Amino acid sequence: MIQGAATRHPSTGLVHQHVIDDEIAQTSRAYEAAGAVEHQPRLDYAPYRSSLLRHPTKDLHHADPEGVELWAPCFGERDIDPLESDLTIQGGGEPIGERMVVTGRVLDGDGRPVRRQLVEIWQANAGGRYVHKRDQHPAPLDPNFTGVGRCITDDQGHYRFTTIKPGPYPWRNHHNAWRPAHIHFSLFGTDFTQRLVTQMYFPGDPLFALDPIYQSIVDPKARQRLVATYDHDITQHEWATGYRWDIVLTGGHRTPLEGDLDVERSDDEETSR
Amino acid sequence: MTLTTTTDAAAPALPTALAPTPGQTVGPFFHYALPYDGDRELVAPGTPGALLLHGTVTDGSGLPVRDALVEIWQADPSGRVVQRQGSLRRDGHSFTGFGRCTTDRTGRYAFTTLRPGAVEGGLPFFAVTVFARGLLHRLFTRAYLPLDGAEPDALLRSAGDRADTLLCVDDEGALRFDIGLQGERETVFLRWPREGR
Repeated sequence: MIQGAATRHPSTGLVHQHVIDDEIAQTSRAYEAAGAVEHQPRLDYAPYRSSLLRHPTKDLHHADPEGVELWAPCFGERDIDPLESDLTIQGGGEPIGERMVVTGRVLDGDGRPVRRQLVEIWQANAGGRYVHKRDQHPAPLDPNFTGVGRCITDDQGHYRFTTIKPGPYPWRNHHNAWRPAHIHFSLFGTDFTQRLVTQMYFPGDPLFALDPIYQSIVDPKARQRLVATYDHDITQHEWATGYRWDIVLTGGHRTPLEGDLDVERSDDEETSR
Repeated sequence: MTLTTTTDAAAPALPTALAPTPGQTVGPFFHYALPYDGDRELVAPGTPGALLLHGTVTDGSGLPVRDALVEIWQADPSGRVVQRQGSLRRDGHSFTGFGRCTTDRTGRYAFTTLRPGAVEGGLPFFAVTVFARGLLHRLFTRAYLPLDGAEPDALLRSAGDRADTLLCVDDEGALRFDIGLQGERETVFLRWPREGR
């Protein structure tokens, strides 16, 4: 805490960044002192003000997955057009910004590929603006960019998107709050219990330390797992920069069966348990 | 990133070989990305056997959560776990078992679906996932069909006096399942053995 510094900004009434910084630092110190590793974000994380009334106050209840929980919904060619993985061709022209390829593998906790499964992404444009009616950030919309993509992983668990690097954007968690640039990812595994929604970040973002959403993952190594790696082998000559980001979905139980891969290979043949 | 194994001396053994990718909030801006035409209609309204499953998501002050996303995954009426494509582009007659619904201004979600059957002798339930701005990691729960005299299963028994938050209630032919993120009637949310904290 800066001695004598005001807590709230006089015109917005929002707390200053230094107040959030202090809260983040306090939680971080307590986490290090406790010595137990946490892999997931805290649900109860006060620096992210919207979490105050929206986190469960009781411990999550232990359950053994059963029935449908041991399976995941099936998605495939019927659901997705291959063109949906290219976010730069959805308008009448080229979107503005740094064209890039984001690719990686989706694996389960034992390192097995999550095959033929749905990956959905959404993001702000290069100016940090979402195509969303509630986004009031006065940055330009790009008529050639919606920021929405979908794809199905291949037999090795690979996904691949071509898109534009998103910009950072302001929000009202506190005064002068800015989110680090990120792409939202929605993922399914081989079991429903592996369902994950998360955000991918870019290396070296100066806003990491200031962002309560990123910092809600109190373990430094764990939050580093959300940061993509620049990969020159993915970068394409005179076309696009390349980033690699692998995803691990845990919580699954069922050992994939040999026949799983053939599910829905034939469009009119229905398979069920 | 580089995949990290969990064998570091400092880290306790995770039940899996690879450390999980952490979750993050779905945020406020998913509405133009995740919803899709027919997302909440697992069957077309008017289909024989069609059932309304609905409820309200509330926060710790009892106010509706207007920007939540609820997903369900269920067996078909005979208790089969369907592995069939087409949840994102419904053809009007194939039941896929998956649905997604945003909450409205009153915090309400509503699915048109079929009654799930019991899988392998268990009690029939909808597997439910909840996402929202302000919720840093998705929450899982189960919406059991009303027991109607059936014996509670292990989860319901272990939930004690909070077990009723896991049960759908009959609501004039529909099923109602309210979700409390916090507060007096906080829903029992689930943790799986192998997911790691």
